[in-house]
Amino acid sequence: MTNIHIKNGRVIDPANGVDAVQDLFIADGKVAALGRAPEGFTAARTFDATGLVVAPGLVDLSARLREPGYEYKATLESEMQAAMQGGVTSLVCPPDTDPVLDEPGLVEMLKHRARGLNQAHVHPLGALTMGLKGAALTEMAELTEAGCIGFSHAEVPVEDTTVLLRALQYANTFGYTVWLRPQDAHIGKGGVAHSGPLASRLGLSGVPVMAETIALHTVFELVRATGARVHLCRISSAAGLELVRAAKAEGLAVTCDVGAHHVHLTDADINFFDPNARLTPPLRSQRDREAIRAALLDGTIDAICSDHTPVDDDEKLLPFGEASPGATGLELLLSLTLKWAEDIGGHHGPGDALFKALARVTSAPARVAGLDAGQLAVGGPADVVLFDPAARWLVEAPALASQGKHTPFLGYEMVGQVRATIVAGHVAWERKAEAAAR
Amino acid sequence: MSQSNPNTLDAEALYAALLEQVRAGIAGAHEPAIVGIHSGGAWIAERLARDLDLTQRLGVLDVSFYRDDYAKKGLPAEVKPTNIGFDVSGATIVLVDDVLYTGRTTRAAINELFDYGRPARIMLAALVDRGERQLPVAADFVAAHTRMGEGEALRLQQAETGQFKLTIERDHA
Amino acid sequence: MLNPQLNKHGELQHLLTTEGLPRAIVNQILDTASSFVGVSDREVKKVPLMRGKSVFNLFFENSTRTRTTFEIASKRLSADVINLNIQASSASKGESLLDTIDNLSAMHADMFVVRHASSGAPYLIAKHLHDTRQNHVHVVNAGDGRHAHPTQGLLDMYTIRHYKHDFTKLRVAIVGDILHSRVARSDIHALTTLGVPEIRAIGPHTLLPGGLEQLGVRTFTNMDEGLKDVDVIIMLRLQSERMSGALLPSAQEYFKSYGLTQERLALAAPDAIVMHPGPMNRGVEIESAVADGPQAVILSQVTFGIAVRMAVMSILAGNQG
Repeated sequence: MTNIHIKNGRVIDPANGVDAVQDLFIADGKVAALGRAPEGFTAARTFDATGLVVAPGLVDLSARLREPGYEYKATLESEMQAAMQGGVTSLVCPPDTDPVLDEPGLVEMLKHRARGLNQAHVHPLGALTMGLKGAALTEMAELTEAGCIGFSHAEVPVEDTTVLLRALQYANTFGYTVWLRPQDAHIGKGGVAHSGPLASRLGLSGVPVMAETIALHTVFELVRATGARVHLCRISSAAGLELVRAAKAEGLAVTCDVGAHHVHLTDADINFFDPNARLTPPLRSQRDREAIRAALLDGTIDAICSDHTPVDDDEKLLPFGEASPGATGLELLLSLTLKWAEDIGGHHGPGDALFKALARVTSAPARVAGLDAGQLAVGGPADVVLFDPAARWLVEAPALASQGKHTPFLGYEMVGQVRATIVAGHVAWERKAEAAAR
Repeated sequence: MSQSNPNTLDAEALYAALLEQVRAGIAGAHEPAIVGIHSGGAWIAERLARDLDLTQRLGVLDVSFYRDDYAKKGLPAEVKPTNIGFDVSGATIVLVDDVLYTGRTTRAAINELFDYGRPARIMLAALVDRGERQLPVAADFVAAHTRMGEGEALRLQQAETGQFKLTIERDHA
Repeated sequence: MLNPQLNKHGELQHLLTTEGLPRAIVNQILDTASSFVGVSDREVKKVPLMRGKSVFNLFFENSTRTRTTFEIASKRLSADVINLNIQASSASKGESLLDTIDNLSAMHADMFVVRHASSGAPYLIAKHLHDTRQNHVHVVNAGDGRHAHPTQGLLDMYTIRHYKHDFTKLRVAIVGDILHSRVARSDIHALTTLGVPEIRAIGPHTLLPGGLEQLGVRTFTNMDEGLKDVDVIIMLRLQSERMSGALLPSAQEYFKSYGLTQERLALAAPDAIVMHPGPMNRGVEIESAVADGPQAVILSQVTFGIAVRMAVMSILAGNQG
């Protein structure tokens, strides 16, 4: 275990209200001290973080690693590398693998594989029903013991409301959180774009906002009836956010996240049928985007996630409606969050927009997922990211570590670049030529 | 015929001379007809048809679809209508153009006429022959020969009154 | 973002949609089409413009009618035509759309006429040709999903121009399943470009897409109201699939409220013309008396369709990438 001394960086830790230029000391895989070195501390490795931000490693509430089963799209090795380059030190992966994560053995294997790579902490979500078929409950207690931090139905709507009710009741017995994507099983089925004038013009079948709001009403009714904790995944509409706001005000135990793409893009970004803009939920209208940004500010939305979904060329280079939805995101999450910060007020100093924005990818998601992560408390795990908040870089497919090369941001300039990622006190990745170690 | 100075060409006088040549040339011909190539040739053809009392046997051709420079230049912005109001098969056609130059327009016009039928005979009438042929084409009826300078073009114009005038322009083609 | 239909000189490189097609280019196509109308009356119904060029008809969606008119148009331009019915060939064996295109380009295709069930498919092809620097190959969209059928839109405009001359004084009504209609979308964009002041869409709510108002179209669910004083009526085909999917109860009920009968036709302007992209469902969207009557110009549309397609193809083939 090396002692690490990070000098002179702007340490931002939203969970503990820290935002100041100071030194950070790491020993035995934990945060040893902030500000002044602990007694007898000698650094084996020093980072000069002048001009850089030192923040908790990002906590990503949704990243598909494509293992088991979809190794032709991506593997743990490439995606975990992408996480390191994106400064993501803890990630939650959905259960829609092949086979579905509904057996404790599969979860153990995944966790074991991930541990072996010594990179990000991987926290799988277990399937809510066997095979995600929406009928039989999974062995939630066993799955939790194997390492699941919650239960999800991925992108598959649970058609039978009774099953959903029972699943919530059962999960609530043990205090497990259920992660649900609010989407009606029938309305908007087969839709590929936001129902609206643009989809009409382009002749694309639409997913109306109603598909989300009807599902939200159902979920909230069930939460009222069961008292279960629910995390809502990838809210996409203004109307949906209104419902979440009201539910939170009512005191229901719900949290929600948004995909980083939806913070910035709208259906207009489909341009001339660009399949890179084929996402689920679909990119919606300007009003919806504005509502998402307002909801991020007022806390209606707890966290921004990357919704990292590697898709290979064979499944993307197809006519829009036939292309598989999803985009690569682990390496873009930080920059997209910083871009939002820039839009809402930029960098001024302690407590500014950057501070607020980082909360949405560190402390807040850690809280939602119940993880000991997303902060720099003394004695806590040393999961740290050093980044240059002003560096600009171009999104180019060959430079991405992920095997998923498809993103609607290809060719865009991003702001903010990771210099080094430290996991459990070990330097898991650093950018060459820039790393100023002494 | 001797060479004329292009600056001194009198289009009306040339037309009168051409008319007499054509009148003599089609005397006794079987089923004569006049076909003019847009635009200058068409104007001359219209007057010839009137003066020769052949208005029922008049046609106008736009050779845009038969040109050999389509691959390089594409379709021209304006394609005028082709209208052959008589049966081409068996006719003696006087094909009329204003200025005979490389011979390519004549070749295109002949190809187009043959897509309408099989004429008995085609004769070529041109107001001015400026030489510099690139194909083996010769006019049967010509009112003047001339030579142009580098980058110069000879253009026929028709006033509102119907009067013809020849002008020299710098070539953009 | 560059309009994928135009090359860097602003000339037509592909015909993908009537949307955003500059008015000058629309007029160029219509004017060129007039010169082609006469070709069909000649003994040799051909002009040599596309001699030696290969046109590949790539129909991923079956359509004998449209494919035949494109074939005739190509042959009248002296092109070599190869018909590919994709259901029966490699795509059904799992070959991707772009692989199919690459294979055909390797056989020196000069032009692809593409019909596909997915909106946007021709754009994928156009982008791929651009990315692989094959700027001498042109794409004509013969219908993509619900999105566009630009040659139909253009021949409809040609037909209207032929009978009505001045677009700027017309009221045009489009009747039927606009939700699923690529013809309706292409017509609406072209009519707008040509300056038609009033475009109406008539149909039941289940068949009217959202966003029509943003396209400048007035919607009517009452056909009698919608047809009042209209100069051009474009009837759309009602597909039997609409009866499943809970969009409509039956063809009989549809005819009762939305069929073009002689009584309804009388509500339009006395010299109104009736158009239909074909094939017609007599007794479903249109009464035989109207379809065969003096105001119907449906057969003219077919004739003009060949000339318009010849115009599109010859303009494309003459433009360098």
